[in-house]
Amino acid sequence: MEENTNIMESETAANPKKTFWEGLKDFFGKDLVRYIVKRVFMFIPTLILISILVFFVIQLPPGDYVSAHIAKLATEGEYVDADYAREMREDYGLDLPVWQQYIKWVKDIIWTPTDSTYYRLYHSHHNWKFSFAYGRDVWSVIKDRLGLTIGVTAIIMLFQYLVSIPIAVYASTHQYSAGDYISAVFGFIGTAVPNFILAIILMYLSYKWTGNANVGLFSSEMLENGIHLYNFGEFLKRMIIPIIVIGTSGTCGIIRSVRAQMLDETARQYTLTARAKGVSERKIVMKYCFRAAMNPTVSGLGGVLSSLFSGSTVTAMVLNMQIQGPVLYKALQSQDMYLAGAIVMIQAILVVIGILLSDIALAFLDPRIRYSGGNR
Amino acid sequence: MAKKMKSKEDYYLASQWTLMFRKLRKHKLAQVSLLILAILYIGAIFADFLAPYGLEEFNGTYRNCDPTAIHSKYEGENVGLHVYALKKTIDKKTFQVTLSEDTSEYYPVKFFVHGTEYKILGLFKCDLHLFGLGEGSKGGTDARIMLFGADSLGRDIFSRVLLGARISLSMPFASAIISFFLGIAIGSISGYFGGAVDMVIQRIIEVIGAVPQIPLWMALSAAIPPGISTIKMYFFMTLILSFINWTGMARIVRGKFLSLKNEDYVMAARLSGVSTWKIIWKHMVPGFMSYLIVSMTLGIPGSIVGETSMSYLGLGIKSPATSWGVLLQEASTVTDVALHPHKLIPIIFVTITVLAYNFLGDGLRDAADPYK
Repeated sequence: MEENTNIMESETAANPKKTFWEGLKDFFGKDLVRYIVKRVFMFIPTLILISILVFFVIQLPPGDYVSAHIAKLATEGEYVDADYAREMREDYGLDLPVWQQYIKWVKDIIWTPTDSTYYRLYHSHHNWKFSFAYGRDVWSVIKDRLGLTIGVTAIIMLFQYLVSIPIAVYASTHQYSAGDYISAVFGFIGTAVPNFILAIILMYLSYKWTGNANVGLFSSEMLENGIHLYNFGEFLKRMIIPIIVIGTSGTCGIIRSVRAQMLDETARQYTLTARAKGVSERKIVMKYCFRAAMNPTVSGLGGVLSSLFSGSTVTAMVLNMQIQGPVLYKALQSQDMYLAGAIVMIQAILVVIGILLSDIALAFLDPRIRYSGGNR
Repeated sequence: MAKKMKSKEDYYLASQWTLMFRKLRKHKLAQVSLLILAILYIGAIFADFLAPYGLEEFNGTYRNCDPTAIHSKYEGENVGLHVYALKKTIDKKTFQVTLSEDTSEYYPVKFFVHGTEYKILGLFKCDLHLFGLGEGSKGGTDARIMLFGADSLGRDIFSRVLLGARISLSMPFASAIISFFLGIAIGSISGYFGGAVDMVIQRIIEVIGAVPQIPLWMALSAAIPPGISTIKMYFFMTLILSFINWTGMARIVRGKFLSLKNEDYVMAARLSGVSTWKIIWKHMVPGFMSYLIVSMTLGIPGSIVGETSMSYLGLGIKSPATSWGVLLQEASTVTDVALHPHKLIPIIFVTITVLAYNFLGDGLRDAADPYK
């Protein structure tokens, strides 16, 4: 997006009469700009609804952090009296009516500055972006694992798309061949076997063959010395199982949808026309069919943003990967509701932004969509 | 010639469903899948009869034991199929428990034996089981026949796979049907009326779709009151699954409605004064029903796998009730798999069911496609 505005600025500089707005319209076309503006406005009610739903979801389990905390203390043999619980609740603001809690939560998450001394002195406990379990600001907890989560998930997704799209194109151009069937079987295993079982089986096999179960993303040596070039190979080795487990589960879906789309497109009139005109088969497939067949995949990219943020949960727990998914799970379990709420909220917003971006990309690629008002 | 004409006439007069059925009959893989699913579902219905043991029957000696070996020769003599009881020996130094066959006495495998009492289809009391063990050759009763081995409490995994199939097979199916109707109802309202109604429904769908599944599932299942009966639990779980799944269906229905509502035949119906609901149910929904059934079929396997993951996190059905996901909890660490590989057997059933549904869905899709 930034690149585009740069181009636009240079264009407007060359033609001083045009405003930036007009330049934008010239570049994208009038319909597209109108479409984008409309969608961005729709984003606001969605955002409000999401925040209400997220708040509802984190409130739904009976009890709150204080009761969960007291229950935990009780199992450790400590006695907690009712006054203490009440004080703690007042301290955290958990005694307010639900709607006030909601407003306070939204306000705190958006407006309270994190690093001001005011925040540190007065707000550490009253603030609603405070993680009870970690004892600090939720954003700092999230930030801890953000880089690694994005890195790991990006590698896995890259693998997923790089492997599945060529396979799908091959399978569609060689329909009912041995390769088509093999890819179908391979892809189906990814969906039919639950991820966590696949992960456990692979860990066991890895232990049997190499004497090392390759659990976790880092060896103990890496945790001591940090990741350097010399132990990066070890890191990559530990990525193999996550890539296979998480990668294959998504691969099947992509292979199936791209293959089906390709088969649809190759049966279209324009393909026949191109073939009749003597265009080479390779060009027909790559230049015409493939481009049209990628539409649903592009719209599927909307989910990528959110997965980059959280990574997978169940597989990450089994494989002991230090990414965001398990943090969310633990937060939900221990009713650390503001941490859970913040993570779920970000994820949900990223899903919506992802859908928005992929819709804009689609509208940009395919004029039919923007004329029909974006009803896919 | 006349016959050919007849078949051609048949073809043109056949309804869409007849055509679909005919095409499906050509799709071998889908037919095999349908057969497999039928066997699995019938097996689940008569699970009590097919399983040699009941849901809560256990035997402490048989904890984690491997699948029972079935022999036919006893001391060189052919005495028919039989098994031996297991006996426990404890190493005095390491305290390691080993189970070994006690060959002093054999137990014949018998068909149609009397065992735990159950109710056929929940109606008639019965204690007949397809197979089981007779009395030992010396009158003992210690042996157990466990075709898939035992779990950590000494319960028969074979019986539990069959009994768990009831929940694992019916819950995704039931929730698919509920979300099917919810999806059609809400999606058709959204697509047919458009405007503000559409706008609100679209936002709601977007929002439910945006919230990640695990928190949604966790919150909803945490809201189920504790200590309720298995049947109620099952009912709530089905509702949760449907609540999460209906949005996809509604979106599809809405899209189809938008493309159909300006067709001439809908306009004609409206001009002739047909009521809105009748237009929706009689004229528009049948137009894409086959498509909806396909996407419903393809949605079920996802729920089956989802159920196992949720059970792994301890969010699904809870003991003493069982499902395939609950059974797989036993195989949730590398140690389990390394020491007792037989605990992975339930995964075979999950995989077969998911594949069968996928192939059936593919077959249905090809059959429903009018261009093929």
